[in-house]
Amino acid sequence: MVEDRSFGGRLFAAVNFTLLAIIALITVLPFIHVVAGSFTTSAELAASKFVLIPKVWSLEAYKFIFSTNTIFRAMGVSVGVTLVGTLVSMFLTALMAYGLSRRDLDGRKVVNFMVVFTMLFHGGMIPTFLVVKELGLIDTYASLIIPSAISAFNMIILRNFFQNIPEGLEESAKIDGCSDFGILFKIVLPLSMPAIATISLFYAVTYWNTYMTAILYLDDSAKWPIQVLLRQIVVLASGMDHSSTLDAAVPPPDQTIKMAVIVVATLPILMVYPFLQKHFAKGAMLGSMKG
Amino acid sequence: MQEVTAQPSRIQPVPEASKSNHEVRKRIWRNRWLYVMIAPGLLYFIIFKYLPMYGLIISFQDYKPYNGILGSQWVGMKHFTRLFTEPDFLNILMNTLILFALNIFIYFPIPIILALMLNELRGNFFKRIFQSLLYIPHFMSWVIVVSISFVMVTMDGGIINDLLVFFGFEKINFLLNPSWFRPMYIIQVIWREAGWGTIIYLASIAAIDPGLYEAARMDGAGRLRQIWHITIPAIRGVIVTLFILKIGSVLDLGFEHVYLLLNSMNREVAEIIDTYVYTAGLRQGQFSYSTAIGFFKSIIGLILVMAVNKISKKMGEEGVY
Repeated sequence: MVEDRSFGGRLFAAVNFTLLAIIALITVLPFIHVVAGSFTTSAELAASKFVLIPKVWSLEAYKFIFSTNTIFRAMGVSVGVTLVGTLVSMFLTALMAYGLSRRDLDGRKVVNFMVVFTMLFHGGMIPTFLVVKELGLIDTYASLIIPSAISAFNMIILRNFFQNIPEGLEESAKIDGCSDFGILFKIVLPLSMPAIATISLFYAVTYWNTYMTAILYLDDSAKWPIQVLLRQIVVLASGMDHSSTLDAAVPPPDQTIKMAVIVVATLPILMVYPFLQKHFAKGAMLGSMKG
Repeated sequence: MQEVTAQPSRIQPVPEASKSNHEVRKRIWRNRWLYVMIAPGLLYFIIFKYLPMYGLIISFQDYKPYNGILGSQWVGMKHFTRLFTEPDFLNILMNTLILFALNIFIYFPIPIILALMLNELRGNFFKRIFQSLLYIPHFMSWVIVVSISFVMVTMDGGIINDLLVFFGFEKINFLLNPSWFRPMYIIQVIWREAGWGTIIYLASIAAIDPGLYEAARMDGAGRLRQIWHITIPAIRGVIVTLFILKIGSVLDLGFEHVYLLLNSMNREVAEIIDTYVYTAGLRQGQFSYSTAIGFFKSIIGLILVMAVNKISKKMGEEGVY
């Protein structure tokens, strides 16, 4: 951008900067408040209203939520589903994307259309539920993964990426007697690591944030991932329904405890965020290209 | 070809079709492993996307789980007729359309404005910091977003109500008061998505030729006029594309988000098609009726995308497909 040193230009830049700073601050303040609140005592939180940096530090809330194994189990489910789900999704997506990226493949247009069409029209919640049920997936961890194993959007991004790899590389590998699987795993995938990383992260975040599929397909609360448990603890307890969900003998969770659960459920994403941000921004732009 | 039919020769040429057929078969055989690669993915789309589309026929039946799709009784348009005569449904449709309108008229312009503002920042350092901060909420699930707001607005000890009291106002029951549902909904949408929504705009702004700005400055155009006459026209195509996609999601307002905000007190304004399908279908077992509602919604969505796409093409824009 060209520097504008006129008075109007400077004023414009100053106002613009200030506004953006305020917007950015408003965006992160709720997080800071929640994190700060989770590390103090409930008495302190109630007394000093607008905590951003707690005066009294305390791990009370964390001790409480980790006193039963409910949170551990839910975190375990979420970690497991995220790891296995990302692997499964990535594997299926990469195979399909590579097959469809090859221009000499007969029928690829039909399959491409079939994929794109699912983005415009879908059977909806109930028919999908009935399919999942017929397959016997209800109340299995697999129901959190298999029914949403491939994202059409991610598949198309990856396919476009593969299409941009020079065909000559594949041709010469073929002449050397390399099979299609060999080309994919030895040549195409190693060249596509940025795209693979981006899409793996897309999938991982989606799996970590799984909520809807869990409430649709899991009746057994012992199998709940962390998002469902978080909702039980925070949302239901903030409404009218004050029945405790951690344990019937425990009073409704107070603010610090809710905040601690939010932090625990958010932490994995915040930890990988710097990494995420770099790749995700790229990925979103990959997706904006047409192909 | 014409000559051949005009004067039949003794040597029959290999018919075009069968020759290319042979080639196609050879090519397919050569690419057999590619088909093996596509197969699992294709199977996934058939089972989890196309089978449910076939399952939509239960909206013309009185589906009973133990009879299955083939054994259930056909009832024609019964459920669709019910849809349009049920006063409940009209209310739900209105709620859905209102949230949609909030998305279009309030949310949609915000990422564009934010992107223009970010683009006007001088140093790259602050631009990157602001972007990092603005993107964070996008990675939070709706459960986390809603949970954070609930903790903040709750009557007992929420920071927002404490602030209201501090400034001498009455406490507000944001969670149960129906008139606060829509503001909460759209604020959460903006908070979670507005920052992330700037990415595509920023990418297309980055592609603008800097020479254009130079020339405009020579002609004495200030910052605002440069934005108006150069930046906005340059990203118009992207705006139109994203607008079409947004329209296409007309009734897909996010089951999760609304469902999380829904409670027995705000149901009259918060119940939308998606949440109603869930409640009527899975909670009350009205499989066929709720499928009919979902079907209606999907069809409307599809028609709208096609219509808007067509209109934008007529207006000289690119369209999505």
